[in-house]
Amino acid sequence: MNKLIHNKMAILSIGLLLICSFLPFFLPDYFLHIAILVLLYAYLATAWNILGGFAGQHSLGHSLFLGIGAYTSTYLFTGLGITPWVGMWIGAGLAGLAGWFVGYLSFRYGLKGPYFALVTIAIAEAMVSLTNNISLVGGAQGLDVRWEGNNPLVMQFENKIGYYFIILVMIAIAIALVYWISHHRFGYQLIAVRENEEAAEALGTDMLRVKIVATVISAILTALGGTFFAQYITYINPRNVFGEGPSIQILLFAIVGGLGTVWGPAIGALILVPISEFSRSWLSGTFAGAHLLLYGSVLVLVMLFMPKGFVGLFEKIKQKKFRKQSTPSEKEI
Amino acid sequence: MIFSFELLAQAIVMGLLIGGIYALISVGLSMIWGVMKIINFAHGEFLMAAMYIAFFLTAKAGWDPYLTIFVTVPALFLIGVFIFQLTIKPILYDPPMNQIMLTVGLSLIMQNLALFFFKADVLTSSTAYTKMNFYLGEVVVRTSQLIAFIGAAITAIMLYWFLQKTELGRAIRATSQNPSAAMLVGVNVRNIYLIAFGIGSATLGVAASLMIPFYYTSPTVGLYFGLIAYVIVVLGGLGNFIGALVAGLIIGLTEAVGAVFLPGSFSRVIVFGLFIVVLLFRPQGIFGGKQQ
Repeated sequence: MNKLIHNKMAILSIGLLLICSFLPFFLPDYFLHIAILVLLYAYLATAWNILGGFAGQHSLGHSLFLGIGAYTSTYLFTGLGITPWVGMWIGAGLAGLAGWFVGYLSFRYGLKGPYFALVTIAIAEAMVSLTNNISLVGGAQGLDVRWEGNNPLVMQFENKIGYYFIILVMIAIAIALVYWISHHRFGYQLIAVRENEEAAEALGTDMLRVKIVATVISAILTALGGTFFAQYITYINPRNVFGEGPSIQILLFAIVGGLGTVWGPAIGALILVPISEFSRSWLSGTFAGAHLLLYGSVLVLVMLFMPKGFVGLFEKIKQKKFRKQSTPSEKEI
Repeated sequence: MIFSFELLAQAIVMGLLIGGIYALISVGLSMIWGVMKIINFAHGEFLMAAMYIAFFLTAKAGWDPYLTIFVTVPALFLIGVFIFQLTIKPILYDPPMNQIMLTVGLSLIMQNLALFFFKADVLTSSTAYTKMNFYLGEVVVRTSQLIAFIGAAITAIMLYWFLQKTELGRAIRATSQNPSAAMLVGVNVRNIYLIAFGIGSATLGVAASLMIPFYYTSPTVGLYFGLIAYVIVVLGGLGNFIGALVAGLIIGLTEAVGAVFLPGSFSRVIVFGLFIVVLLFRPQGIFGGKQQ
């Protein structure tokens, strides 16, 4: 039975991947740009979801890892001429260390919920102030990613299709990883951390280790996304990678889609990113904050009316259908 | 960097004065956080709203900045009550993270509505008090900042008296300590939440009116003040009134003295560093009792 579900899942995913692979050849440039952003945010939200959704430890400062990834690869490329293909892994390593540091310090002292959120915000904000004042990485002006023309060896493409396929591969791997995690021991441990830590600890799971590993994995994936972000946008500064804006964007799609679900973050990004990008381009001349206003309103409405996100909503509808067919006595339950 | 004793003395005076304002901003947050265990991530944006009200009354309608208190305080009380009824009340018993996300959403909405209505311009009002200052030995003291400090102290004392001596204040403290027990002895807990949220927001009205003579207004002005307020509340101990006041002064001093020794806005890194260290080793705050 279980194997059957896995097989069904695999076929569906491969089908989806095939469709996504043909898509860019038919999309006009502007829509291709939006598709890339959808995939990028879906990827970042999927990375956040490992720690925030599955393990229930909501980081409000994930921009820390995004920024480490973006700054490391960009500095190495622009300053020292090291290709971002290498730089991204150095950034990921540094972000992994940072994740270990954040996780070890916070969880060792049993910080949770709002306090963990505050620590993560504070560290990310400290990084904004720090990078603002270090002229080596451009200070408040930030860094431009040097353009070397169409050169796949340094992750630069004249045609957006190149970027599209990179991020498509990244999200495919991320979703496969999350799917794998969610069906294995580690995933159950993550959910145990979220649902009832004391009980899980009593059963002999090393909760500290589980939480730290989740933070490190999430940090590494986010940093890899940071390098892609820098290469694609070609410009980074302290606010747009370490600031609270990116932190909120990263978690928003996971929350809107559905916390702790494999597909939730992707669904959230698929629904919200196009709406926000269209509103941004329509209103950009008159109202620069349109998309942020939209994000804020969506956050408030989702929290008020569907705290389980879209995936939760689908499941509710499915259950209602199922209940209609069942006997009245089961309804009582 | 030329270091001198005068420079340090100047930094200490400025740090204490701005610390008073930080303390006042944090007291309201501490009260809301302590009473209903909700961190209002839109606290800084409430301050921003109050600052716009105070700014327009002084710069456009020609009011004396300190008279605007009579508008900003009731206005912020009403905004607080309105937002509580509309958004906070329905999620009072939801998981803490949902509450945080909701208030983060509120802060995004308020920030960007301000951007829409008032544009990104940084607004400064030149009031009669703006350029006044006097010398204390070698140290320059800005009169408006001293007035703000005194005003913050008076507000804090009044609020403290209110919480300690009045029936309503006692009900608020009872609710903060144990909501179910408070309910049992006849306290209407939901009303207390509403009032606490209103009062916590109203203190920002005072802060805004006091700051207008020497501080600018912009859609994102609440960001840093909000962050500083969380730092101070955690440092002072959750819901600890006196703790928040002392922590406010400590943060003001740290920032100002740090700025003497470090270039640019590096001193903010120290503030956040201090915060992280405290969160890690004394999450109950410097002055907090046992951890909850």
